[in-house]
Amino acid sequence: MTETFVLRSGRFRMEREADWKRLERLLERAENSGAGSLSDDELMAMPKLYRAALSSLSVARAISLDQALVGYLESLCARAYFFVYGARGRLSKRIGQFFRTDWPLAVQRLLPDILVAVAATILSAVAAYVLVVNDPDWFLSFVPEGLAGGRTPSASREFLRETLFDDSAMRNELSVFATYLFTHNASVSILAFAVGFAFGIPSMLLMALNGCMLGAFWALFGMHDLSVEFGGWLLIHGVTELMAIALAGGAGLHVGRAIAFPGQRTRLDAAAEAGRSAARVMVGVLIMLFIAGILEGVGRQVITSTVARYSIAAGTLLLWLVYFFMPRRAEATHV
Amino acid sequence: MSRAPATKSPAPNRSTPLDETRRFSRSLVTPEGVDLGVRIATAGERAGAFLIDAVFMVIAMIVLTILALFAGVRNTQSFDIVAIIWLVGFFVLRNFYFFIFELGARAATPGKRILKIRVASRGGGVLKADAIFARNAMREIEVFLPMSMMAANADSVDGWISLAGFIWTTVFIFFPLFNRDRLRAGDIIAGTWVVQTPRRALLSDLAARPDLPRFESRFTIEQLDAYGIKELHVLENVLRQNLPDSIGLVADRIRRKIGWRKDPNEYDGVFLRDYYAALRKHLESKLLMGQRRADKHHGAKR
Repeated sequence: MTETFVLRSGRFRMEREADWKRLERLLERAENSGAGSLSDDELMAMPKLYRAALSSLSVARAISLDQALVGYLESLCARAYFFVYGARGRLSKRIGQFFRTDWPLAVQRLLPDILVAVAATILSAVAAYVLVVNDPDWFLSFVPEGLAGGRTPSASREFLRETLFDDSAMRNELSVFATYLFTHNASVSILAFAVGFAFGIPSMLLMALNGCMLGAFWALFGMHDLSVEFGGWLLIHGVTELMAIALAGGAGLHVGRAIAFPGQRTRLDAAAEAGRSAARVMVGVLIMLFIAGILEGVGRQVITSTVARYSIAAGTLLLWLVYFFMPRRAEATHV
Repeated sequence: MSRAPATKSPAPNRSTPLDETRRFSRSLVTPEGVDLGVRIATAGERAGAFLIDAVFMVIAMIVLTILALFAGVRNTQSFDIVAIIWLVGFFVLRNFYFFIFELGARAATPGKRILKIRVASRGGGVLKADAIFARNAMREIEVFLPMSMMAANADSVDGWISLAGFIWTTVFIFFPLFNRDRLRAGDIIAGTWVVQTPRRALLSDLAARPDLPRFESRFTIEQLDAYGIKELHVLENVLRQNLPDSIGLVADRIRRKIGWRKDPNEYDGVFLRDYYAALRKHLESKLLMGQRRADKHHGAKR
C-alpha cells in the first residue's frame, strides 16, 4: 500500500476506483450506441459492477466526507440503475406480447367506459337523426360545410347515390385521401383521449359531436331512401373506425374518472394506473385507425356492392369482438 | 410517493444553496435498498428542453418539406407524393417525436439530453412504453390544441372562446409550477417524472497527500473541533472553485475562529488545504466511532 492515502476513505477510494471507471466507460458506450454495442462479457459484468458501485456508495456515505466522491458515486449509480433496471427485453417479443395480451386485456378493463362512449355516440346520433328528419335545416348545424362536400339536404338523390358508389372525384388522390383520413382520425382520437384529463367530460362531448354527425348523414340519406346503401358505404370501414373512436373516448373517460373518483388509492396513483391502461388501448386505437384508413381509402373504392360491403363490415365486427373478448390468461408483465 | 425529509434549516428566512438542492431532491430506493437521492428537473430545465425540441421539430419539418418538394419536382406526373410525405411526416413528428426518443435507453429527447435530464418512473420501477405514450399524448392538449386554436383564432372566434382557450393554455403550461414534483398533466397520468442525470467526473481527493501526518499535529484538537461536516463541505467547495478572493476571505475567517497566528510566509491556499485535510481526518475518525458532527453548532460548548 502506498503512503499517498493516509485517510481511510482515501484508501477505500483507491482500491475501488478502477471498477467505477470501468462501469462508467461501459455506461458511456451503452448510452451512446445502445446495449447492442456491448459484448456478452460486458453485459454480464454490468450488473456486478453496478452492485459493487452501489455498495461503494453506501460505504462512502458512511465513512467519507468527500462531497465530490459521494456525488460522483450517486450519479454513477443512478445512471447504472436506469440501465440495469430499464432493460426491457427484445422489441419483437414486446410487440408480440402487446398484441397477445396487453392490448385486449386493457380493452377489457376499460369496457365500462367504452360502453358509455358508445352510448353517448348512439344517443346523439339518434337525436340528430330525429332533428334532421323533422327539419332538414338542422343538418348544417351538425355537419361543417367543408366535410359535407355538397351532400346537403338540397342535393338530389342521384348525386347522393353517386357519392356512395363512385368517388371518382377523389379517386385520383386516393392514396393522399387515405393518408389524410388516417392522420386526421388519429389526431382526433389522441385528442379525445387527452382531453379526458378534464374529468372525462370533453371526451364525451367529442363522442356526442361524432354521433351527431353520423345521425345527420344517416337522416340525409334516409330521406332519400338510401339508408341501406349508406349503411354499407359507412360500415365497411366504419365498424373499425367507429370502434376505434369509441375506444379513444372510453380511454379519455377512464382517465378522467380515475382523476375525479380515485377511490381508495391516492389521486396520483389512480391517475397513473388509469393513464397507463388507457395508453395501451390508445396504441391499439392508432393501429385500428390505420386499418380503417386502408379499408376506407382502398377497400371502399374497389368494393361497390352493398352486400359485399355489409359482409366485410360484419366480418370485421366479429373479428374485433372475438379478438378483444376471447378468454385468455394474463401475463405477469406488461410492455 | 416519496417525500424528501423535512428540512430544518437554522435560518428559515434565508434560502441557502443547500436548501435549494434539498428542495428538489427525492429518494429513489433501488431494489438493493440504497437510496440514490435523485434530483427532479427544475421548471426552467423542462421548459428549456421543450424549446430545444421544438426548434429541432421545426427544423425537421422544414427539411421534410424541402425533400417532399424535391421529390415532387422530379416526379412531375403525381404531386401526391409531396402531400403524403408531408402529411405522414407531420403526423409522425407531432405524435411520435417525443415517444420514440424517450423509448430509448436514455429515456430523453435531444433537448432533454442536452440539459442532462431524463424521464423516469415515479418512485422507481421500469419505465414502460405505455407510460411514455400516455405522457406524450397529453401534449396534444398542452401544446398542440392551444397552438391550433391560436392559429384558427385570428378572425372568426369570439372573445369568450378566446378567453376560455387562454385560460386552458395557462392552466396546462403553468401546471408544473403548482406541484412540488414539477409534474405536468402528462406526468400525472403516466406516473412519471423528469429527473436530473448529471455526469460528474471523479475529482481528485483534496485530502490525498503524502505529507498529511507531518502537518496534522500542527492543529490542536480544539482547533479541529471548531467546525462540523457542513463547514467542511463549504470549505471543500471553496477549495475546488479556487477563487483567490474567497480563498483569502475564508482563510482569514478560519484563522480568527481557531485563533491561528498567521505566519508571514504562509499562503492562504496552502493553509486552507492543510486545515481541510486535518479537519477531514478528524471528522472522519469521529464518524467511524459513530459521532456525526453535522455542523459547528452540534454538541458545542461542552
